[in-house]
Amino acid sequence: MGQQTPLLSLQNISKDFYGTVVLHDVCFDINPGEIIGLVGENGAGKTTLMRILFGMPVIRETGGYNGKVCLDGQEVNFSSPFDALDAGIGMSHQEFSLIPGFTTTENIVLNRESMKSSFLNDVFGDRMSTLDRADMKKRAQNSISKLGVRLDPDMLISEMPVGHKQFTEIAREINREKTRLLVLDEPTAVLTETEAEVLISALRALAAQGISIIFISHRLHEIIEVADRVVVLRDGVIVKDTPTKGVTVRDIASWMVGRHVATERLDEGVRTFGETILSVKHLWVDQPGETVRDISFSVRKGEIFGIGGLAGQGKLGIPNGIMGLFPGGGDVQLRDKQVRLNEPRLALQMGMAFVSEDRRGVGLLLDETLEWNIAFTAMQIQGKFLKSFGFFKIRDEAAMKKLTEEYMDILHIKCTGPKQQAKELSGGNQQKICLAKAFAIRPDLLFVSEPTRGIDVGAKKLVLDALHKYNREYGMTIIMVSSELEELRSICDRIAIVDEGRIAGTLLPTAELAEFGLLMAGERSAKAEEALSA
Amino acid sequence: MRRFNQIVTDFGWPRIIILIFLVLLFFAAPLVEVSVLASFSDVFNRFGQNAIFVLALVPMIQSGCGLNFGLSLGILAGLLGATLSIQFGLHGAAGFFGAIVLSSPFAVMFGGAYGKLLNKVKGEEMTIAMYVGFASVFFMSIMWLLLPYTAPDMVWGFAGKGLRTTISVENYWIHILNDFLAVKIGDSFSFPTGEVLFVIAAAFCMWLFMRTKTGTAMTAVGSNPDYARAGGIDVDKMRTVSVIVSTFLGAVGIIVYEQSFGFIQLYGAPLAMPFAAIAAILIGGASVNKANMLNVLVGTFLFQGLLTMTPSVINSALKSDLSEVVRIIVSQGIILYALTRKTKVTK
Repeated sequence: MGQQTPLLSLQNISKDFYGTVVLHDVCFDINPGEIIGLVGENGAGKTTLMRILFGMPVIRETGGYNGKVCLDGQEVNFSSPFDALDAGIGMSHQEFSLIPGFTTTENIVLNRESMKSSFLNDVFGDRMSTLDRADMKKRAQNSISKLGVRLDPDMLISEMPVGHKQFTEIAREINREKTRLLVLDEPTAVLTETEAEVLISALRALAAQGISIIFISHRLHEIIEVADRVVVLRDGVIVKDTPTKGVTVRDIASWMVGRHVATERLDEGVRTFGETILSVKHLWVDQPGETVRDISFSVRKGEIFGIGGLAGQGKLGIPNGIMGLFPGGGDVQLRDKQVRLNEPRLALQMGMAFVSEDRRGVGLLLDETLEWNIAFTAMQIQGKFLKSFGFFKIRDEAAMKKLTEEYMDILHIKCTGPKQQAKELSGGNQQKICLAKAFAIRPDLLFVSEPTRGIDVGAKKLVLDALHKYNREYGMTIIMVSSELEELRSICDRIAIVDEGRIAGTLLPTAELAEFGLLMAGERSAKAEEALSA
Repeated sequence: MRRFNQIVTDFGWPRIIILIFLVLLFFAAPLVEVSVLASFSDVFNRFGQNAIFVLALVPMIQSGCGLNFGLSLGILAGLLGATLSIQFGLHGAAGFFGAIVLSSPFAVMFGGAYGKLLNKVKGEEMTIAMYVGFASVFFMSIMWLLLPYTAPDMVWGFAGKGLRTTISVENYWIHILNDFLAVKIGDSFSFPTGEVLFVIAAAFCMWLFMRTKTGTAMTAVGSNPDYARAGGIDVDKMRTVSVIVSTFLGAVGIIVYEQSFGFIQLYGAPLAMPFAAIAAILIGGASVNKANMLNVLVGTFLFQGLLTMTPSVINSALKSDLSEVVRIIVSQGIILYALTRKTKVTK
């Protein structure tokens, strides 16, 4: 195999977005007919890598990349996804790119339809050709059978179950005669287990026909089942590139989440907490893309409770549901008092506050001043920052300014002054404004959702330190939801991992990394099995 | 120089250009035998007549409902109040303030329903608002004929029922504000002190209102509804409140307009009134999402100045009667210009 030219070879690929390194010196090869399992946490750089491979414009707009992409030993540099398609690379995205009102056939052969010529061609040229539907159907069926699945070629996409949509996407990619490399981004995320099994055998069949596949998935047992080799990305670096033979789910999990340098965690001995402050039973929340199905947990006063898990599993739905921003139900009690869900005002009045993960969408008034952003909730909920003029009250701008200056100082917010508009700040400073807004109402219980998403390392540390400080000094109970496990492990007292809308398990931050990885990958049963066999 | 540049940028080039144009018109006026004093008098008068309409747009702009193209609804409430006040035979200040009081229940009712409707069509408020305005004007055109008014000053002489298209308020409350402390110079100049004071008082009340807890919440709703909701604000309620305030001010606006103009105009008259107000606030530098008192006052002055001066100077210069055509071209042109300049909210 050594002398064979690899189909695709990535050599020393590096990429940074405005100074934040997302890929560093990534190298790997794919041989014809090989299936590579590409795994990594959210933000490990998988998507960016695939974007580079595909010549997505966003890469060039942000300054291009370093390193070489070689196809058949020749260096290529795709300037648009069309070039990549022409070179024989097909991709199925996590979100379907299908036309709902078209049939399977029409979607599969879209823009490559078989044509019949008519007399109009002589007058108006090729654009007047009519579709050869019979041939189109034959071609579509051909690709479908190549996949080894059963799809109705005349069914409308909008009427299909998701599994069939996924197959249609893949069928479309292999319908191109030249397709030699297929990139599948989370193809099994929406599939049921049986559908996933069908897909996996279909992939094997494709590989046997000489098509190489890059298979991206969070379901690690599928990777082991289907891939010849597994490539693990972590923080933009390939930490493992090994044949799957003999590798266990547990190994991959620990490669995925492990860090060379563990974030230091101050050893403070055993921490003691007060009574239970929040108890949640059978919570469900209907937040699109983050559905919470059935979650129960309780948090004690003074605790920092972490909620982790992969994107889309429902961890974000928990704070959004309890704070009433998305419809939900279940039994939530704060200090033994029932919390009425779906009423943001009542939740705030009860002494809870929320720093949303959607900083620009929900967290900030981008067109208003920092003063407004920080003081608004406290003013509306608690009537602070108002001064009285007889029978009516108006805003106390001086008090708002003082408050803002106070937080600018405490949280080191970099800005030109309290009158600056929120949209002009950097991401990290905007996040600090969101925190200040929550701190300003002095909540007993604070939810922070993805507090460090999209901000640089320095700002990250400041945000986490601020949370730590408010917890230790003011006894503020904090529930922190984050995709970054290391971050949770560095400040939380307990960490619950959410998988498919349920809590897969709750661990101490000192637990082994592999344990977290297993819970995230929904491999609880595998863990149990291993424990039994050990 | 830097400071000067900053001031110019803040004030905005469009306003500076219009102001220069307006000043030029005043210089040109004597050359074509248009009286400058009478023109000044006209400009102030029209400023007072129209400023409340422009002010009425502010709450809806701030709450994110956009420009109130349905201001006619408030105007109709005001017309109901004005005609009822005459029907009840109220004279002088009692007649004027009576009209405002009588119109307010209608304004609240209309505004409430209109606000509910606008909450169902978020994102398309301005289009829907325009049709609400048109539809209600024509509905009321029927009602003016059918409502059982009996005051002889208002009904058609020959039938004894149904309201006339134009009703004089001469015997009731004409110039009740205009003549309050009015400053008269010669025959042709009269500064409508009472009217201007009324406008300034109204603007001050609005300024205070936007600084209350409710006003702050309203602005936040307009700036980012999701933020407001997460802050415990009932977004729909705030929007409805803003629509009610706007409708009420529309009612007050038409009554102020009538006392100065001297007539109540019914039937199709309210159709085009929102457009002039919208043109004025946009000229004043407001956007579809943000407006302040300065935008209102400066905008009304510039727009009404332009509207008074352009036709009279051009007519005299060309020795023809194009005034209405020029007026329409100027006002609609300004709306068009201003709508293309609108700034979007940051998302």
